[in-house]
Amino acid sequence: MSERLRIIEAVRETLREELERDDGVVVYGEDVASAGGVFRATQGLADDYPDRVFDTPVAEAGIIGTGVGLAATGMRPVPEIQFQSFLYQGFHQLAQHVARIRSRTRGTITCPMTIRMPYGGGIHALELHSESFEAGFAHIPGLQVVFPSSPAETKGLLTSAIRSPDPVVFMEPTRLYRSFREEVPDDHEIPLGEARVVEPGDDVTVIAWGSMLRETLDAVEDVDASVEVVDPRTLYPLDTETITESVKKTGRCVVVHEAPRTGGMAGEITSRVNEEAFLYLEAPVERVTGYDVPVPMFAREDAYLPDAERIEDGIRNALEFN
Amino acid sequence: MPEEESAQFSIESVQVLSEDESVDEELVPSLSDEQLLELYEQMKRSRRLDERAVSLQRRGELGTYAPAIGQEAAQVGSAFAMAEDDWIVPSFREQPALLTRGTPPHKILQYAMGMEEGAEIPSGKGALPPAIPVGSQPLHAVGVGWGEALQDRSNVAVTYFGDGATSEGDVYEALNLAGVYDAQTVFVCQNNRYAISTRLEKQTDAETLAQKAIAAGIEGIQVDGNDVLAVYRVVQDAIESARNGDPVMVEALTYRRSMHTTSDDPSVYRESEEEAEWEARDPIVRFQVYLENRGILDEETKATIENRVESEIGEAIDRAKAGREEIDQADMFEHVYDEMPPELERQFEAFGGEADE
Repeated sequence: MSERLRIIEAVRETLREELERDDGVVVYGEDVASAGGVFRATQGLADDYPDRVFDTPVAEAGIIGTGVGLAATGMRPVPEIQFQSFLYQGFHQLAQHVARIRSRTRGTITCPMTIRMPYGGGIHALELHSESFEAGFAHIPGLQVVFPSSPAETKGLLTSAIRSPDPVVFMEPTRLYRSFREEVPDDHEIPLGEARVVEPGDDVTVIAWGSMLRETLDAVEDVDASVEVVDPRTLYPLDTETITESVKKTGRCVVVHEAPRTGGMAGEITSRVNEEAFLYLEAPVERVTGYDVPVPMFAREDAYLPDAERIEDGIRNALEFN
Repeated sequence: MPEEESAQFSIESVQVLSEDESVDEELVPSLSDEQLLELYEQMKRSRRLDERAVSLQRRGELGTYAPAIGQEAAQVGSAFAMAEDDWIVPSFREQPALLTRGTPPHKILQYAMGMEEGAEIPSGKGALPPAIPVGSQPLHAVGVGWGEALQDRSNVAVTYFGDGATSEGDVYEALNLAGVYDAQTVFVCQNNRYAISTRLEKQTDAETLAQKAIAAGIEGIQVDGNDVLAVYRVVQDAIESARNGDPVMVEALTYRRSMHTTSDDPSVYRESEEEAEWEARDPIVRFQVYLENRGILDEETKATIENRVESEIGEAIDRAKAGREEIDQADMFEHVYDEMPPELERQFEAFGGEADE
């Protein structure tokens, strides 16, 4: 029976189902058990699974590094990093070991670990609580980078992530945790690497993920054109085919992300569009992104984050180019 | 306000075979003559592998290689104390321990030839591949020791690292987490006095490295790392403690008699007098004298062991070289993910690789 859930509840219900389904699943992180996580994503899980839901000391390298060992013994670690920016303190374990262990042992040791973390701005948090380092993660071979954008998407993607034989960086949009409810089907699995056409259209393709998808859908309402909105869902592997098929149809493309522009995923997506759909393009690919500045503190945060207005401008630029 | 003592600790140091040939008979572990000879042979095997590997590197046959010469007792003694299903979580200078755990020498050589084949872990074997980033692997050993406990198994993870690694934050995190999780983990810190060129005195102001375990709330103990019987004894106790959920850090006091790696020249930063002093304390010589005094090692047995080791290493070198001729370059695409993602497949095909049927 499906339920109307918010993203935070979809996370919790998915973790509960996977803990129930697979004895190897272990959920752990800072304040995850007794407090249920700072956002309460894991609330109540330790009551039902006290032997597999744990509070950890404040040690991000330890959280990621011990996951390598847990996985080697046959478990499926599902750690929470309290905020994506704190992952930097365990980044070396992610890049040096989690991502590489399959290839450096020729598949004889693997790391089926799903690292959940709230990412992105928009909640007026402290400094270094609002990053979206997806391009950095997507740049590390061996990782899968997954972005849910709604409660049902969260359920389907997190289920697949936890069941995946390879490590997943699971980026939960902080600002959407409690922002809306949606029907979430039972037994919902969305294969990693398949984009979703959220709204079909003919004039321009807009590619957005995570919290920027919501902003994009708001923007589209005010644009007087037929806009196709594509949510890639996973940035690695990236569903090039769905994106380029859409651009071949519309001839125009806008990529939206809240991470800084230089070295961001919009550059990679633009390249793939150029490689696969160059002759169909009627305008250069337009980027609507964060600026090349450290995400500012919250007094200036709204000026940094792309919003519906900036996205509308980007769409118009793409539409008006001749 | 009166001052009170909040905590106190002491660090014990264990030695069985002293440098003057005297033996603390009470501490001699109960090992059969056969087992004693096996310890000796493993140390000899590792020494010879290292010597041959260094000359192979000089001839351009191997990449950078980190010999463990001088550290054989610390590693063979500790690895010999492990049970069949225990886990080894090594760093990059662990030839003696790996050989003792049954890793074929040609695999060690292939790793040094730049081949991932050398880091393959046979199915069912409790081992992780050598970790290159200094001090990063003790956390994996805590995860293994924690995971074994969570699954109600009794296997222990033994991880190896050096004095330099104790300055890494990850090592402190590992010691601390092991205590919090009651991880079935033993930390074998080989204090070989040098992190490349950096002497221990520049690494830390701590009087011992073992006391870093005390700071993390777990037991720390020192052992003469050039005394294979003392290492075996102390690590065996540590493993039994860890099996019961009490992790231990063992600081084995030893000396890196050779170079950091084949890219290093120790004469730049240390005196030959110091090296000569440690040559006299060589772990293999010390154990050999003990075995001779006990009457279980004669010239004939020594020659048999040396010949066996020599031919094994020779065969391993041939096998490693033959394996190198057979590698498929396109393999680099194969094991990045369980299933090759489409973008990677495009690159694989452009490279000229052919998908498996």
